[in-house]
Amino acid sequence: MSDEVEEVDHSRRRLLTAATVGTGVIGAAFAAIPFLASWKPSTRAKALGAPVEVDASKLEAGQMLKVVWRGQAVFVVRRVKAAVDQLGGHDAMLADPASIDSTQPDYIKASGAARARNPEYWVGLAVCTHLGCSPLGAFAPNDSFQVVGADLGANWPGGFYCPCHGSKYDLSGRVFKSMPAPKNLAVPPYAIGANSRIVIGVDDAPKTVS
Amino acid sequence: MLKASVLIGLALLCVGTASAAEEGEIRLMHSGADINNTESLQRGARNFMNYCSGCHSLKYLRYSRMSADLKIPDSELVKNLIFTSAKPFDEIGSAMPADSADWFGKQPPDLTLMARVRGSDYIYSYLHGFYADKTRLWGVNNLYLPGTAMPHVLYERQGLQKPVYKNEKDAHGSAKMVLAGVEPMTPGALKPEEYDQFVRDIANFMDYAAEPIKATRQSMGIYVILFLLVFFVFAYLLKKEYWKDVH
Amino acid sequence: MAAAPESAGTGKGLIGWIDQRFPLTKLWKEQVSEYYAPKNFNIWYYFGVLSLVVLVNQLVTGIFLTMSYKPSAAEAFASVEYIMRDVEWGWLIRYMHSTGASAFFIVVYLHMFRALLYGSARKPRELLWIFGVLIYVLLMAEAFMGYVLPWGNMSYWGAQVIVSLFSSLPVIGATLVEWIRGDYNIADPTLNRFFALHVAALPLALIFLVVAHLMALHEVGSNNPDGIDIHKYQDAKGHPLDGVPFHPYYTVKDSVGIAAFLLIFAAVIFFAPNFFGLFLESNNFEPANPLQTPPDITPVWYFTPFYAMLRAVPSAFGTQVWGVLVMGGAIVVLFFVPWLDKSPVRSIRYKGPIYKIMLALFSVSFIILAVCGMNPPSGIYPLLARVCTAIYFAFFLLMPWYTKIDSVKPVPERVTGHA
Repeated sequence: MSDEVEEVDHSRRRLLTAATVGTGVIGAAFAAIPFLASWKPSTRAKALGAPVEVDASKLEAGQMLKVVWRGQAVFVVRRVKAAVDQLGGHDAMLADPASIDSTQPDYIKASGAARARNPEYWVGLAVCTHLGCSPLGAFAPNDSFQVVGADLGANWPGGFYCPCHGSKYDLSGRVFKSMPAPKNLAVPPYAIGANSRIVIGVDDAPKTVS
Repeated sequence: MLKASVLIGLALLCVGTASAAEEGEIRLMHSGADINNTESLQRGARNFMNYCSGCHSLKYLRYSRMSADLKIPDSELVKNLIFTSAKPFDEIGSAMPADSADWFGKQPPDLTLMARVRGSDYIYSYLHGFYADKTRLWGVNNLYLPGTAMPHVLYERQGLQKPVYKNEKDAHGSAKMVLAGVEPMTPGALKPEEYDQFVRDIANFMDYAAEPIKATRQSMGIYVILFLLVFFVFAYLLKKEYWKDVH
Repeated sequence: MAAAPESAGTGKGLIGWIDQRFPLTKLWKEQVSEYYAPKNFNIWYYFGVLSLVVLVNQLVTGIFLTMSYKPSAAEAFASVEYIMRDVEWGWLIRYMHSTGASAFFIVVYLHMFRALLYGSARKPRELLWIFGVLIYVLLMAEAFMGYVLPWGNMSYWGAQVIVSLFSSLPVIGATLVEWIRGDYNIADPTLNRFFALHVAALPLALIFLVVAHLMALHEVGSNNPDGIDIHKYQDAKGHPLDGVPFHPYYTVKDSVGIAAFLLIFAAVIFFAPNFFGLFLESNNFEPANPLQTPPDITPVWYFTPFYAMLRAVPSAFGTQVWGVLVMGGAIVVLFFVPWLDKSPVRSIRYKGPIYKIMLALFSVSFIILAVCGMNPPSGIYPLLARVCTAIYFAFFLLMPWYTKIDSVKPVPERVTGHA
């Protein structure tokens, strides 16, 4: 601020400014990591989202149960033999019969019309692909007035019906044509261990399951 | 200003020494616990699960967290450390029914944070401090927690100790017997040094359980400090450079 | 540091666009790049900016803690352990917040001490000082309520003791205490309302006051260690000869101070977050238990000087209100500091020996009071606390007298030296 200022070394200033600001920015970025990472699912959420085991052998044919996995309802349906046999028979009515455009593990996609590891049991998310309502089970075919309280038509093959906007799915969770729902019901990863114990949330049956 | 700081320092020193001069209490033993000693922690976990977890829960610690931090394989965890129907992700509970207070006079407390409340030295000392006392419900008392409601669970390991008294004159000059310590009475399954290691491992494990992140936090801190030192040096040089202008 | 346009609204590009609608460049120039601060600030002048750093730390970590904390008596304690164990990095965020609370008081106490050293509270900075004391009072309320939130046993009994203080007020005491608690004891409603005040009401008020504090500072300009007005000697452009633009000179200098502070702060967080039981008390790792008072119940360290004063005054005439009045008076007296100092000079550099001795005695007393408050009231402590309480008040109440009779040294025309 006085007159006898010696020559200012501008390059040194620029260098030191860059070094300080650079270190500060790197530090701020590192400091941000803990805060952003704290939004990830906590250990408790992971514990609650841990694979769910279902003893499906207790289900009778034609019955369904809902289990909660990662806060979402999951259908486990034991299909009657007749229903499994006719699954391939109504492809023409379906929007995506081969489940090309749907969410499921590869081994489910490869299983064709059954969309299941074991055709007897169907496992899928109870979340309508339209707006997330929970569909209802309407398994008896050709039943014009089902428990769901809606007329599903005389050629109803049996399946799921969403009460919110009327989307219909077959017994493999495949959506019918011209429905509000765009996709088939999603299938979570699951494995079937010994004695029809279904483990939802893993691709391979854990070795400790006995 | 210098004078003031010296005065403040002196005052602090005086007050500090005054408060340190407490006497008459039985000093805690030093546990020598080391949370970086994974083998000790593993042994401590095993000891805790076998001898403590029947009555005491660690309700803020998950089995899975413990096995990951202590490098215990999953198979080992399920086979040797989980004695309840708990899953690996569950918190470590006790096998106590809700009415256990009827047995001991009080509910055995949860021990997750005991090392943060009382310190690992206390746990180590407490487990060393049981002595025979016929007047107590379980036949034992404790040097460091007089009137403890807990039986000497490690009795078969340590054996039994007896109290040692010493004569002391109270403020009025009359002599009385004062509890001064304990000494071995009957031997246990473990040699004294083995028992010492046994309870040190438990104290160490409980220190871990009270703050599982402790070891990570300390090793991480070094890098944070080093980084901040770099920032400090740059900032200091920058300040020096700019303040050349100011005369 | 691009060349700023001469007047607002003439610039080009984005900045120019903004300047036509919002005084961005004008604010930057007035408050930062052309705000002239005395060039002779010493180490005491770091604690203002450090308070700001800690405030930001508390706000950010506090916001993230509320995302996982549960303000209910049944869940609060467990939710803190949830943060410490199950939330990724939750332990770091929590330690930053708990350490930040103590750091806040350290820097604020040193910041206030600086004002006593260099007469910074005196005319024309009375209002600046009053805003500051208000911030300090709010900070104590904020810290107290934050301390209750983990719902440990010290949280519970600390709340019990502090809230019970109000019961000593005549007539309305009992009703008031019940109203504060919202229950017949410290309970869930108390915790819930303290949470609301801690995370919303008090931080808002604090931020407002901090802005007012800074506005008042930039209106009257900073004091300096010589306690003289730097605007007396100006250069041709009207800038003070002994001043330097805040940016870049004090931004780079404050960066050094912030770096040094962060080094210490990080060392505590990573290596001693309990800080020997001073920052996180061991009894508070036990859940709140209305049936059992902890063996040694003391407030956190930053309240202990006032707690010691409270205990130093015995009950008289059937009420213990006197201790409460003394404790309250110890804070109220701070508001009057700008008018208590009658010395013709501001800075301690040019004041006589009496003020130096009084300030040293005051500082030592304050620290001894803190130690007294941390220890049980037995042995030498009650006497020490009484003597030191007397010195505390003597420092302030006798100030008009001893600053008038004290000798002074001649004050230089220009500031002396710079760091």
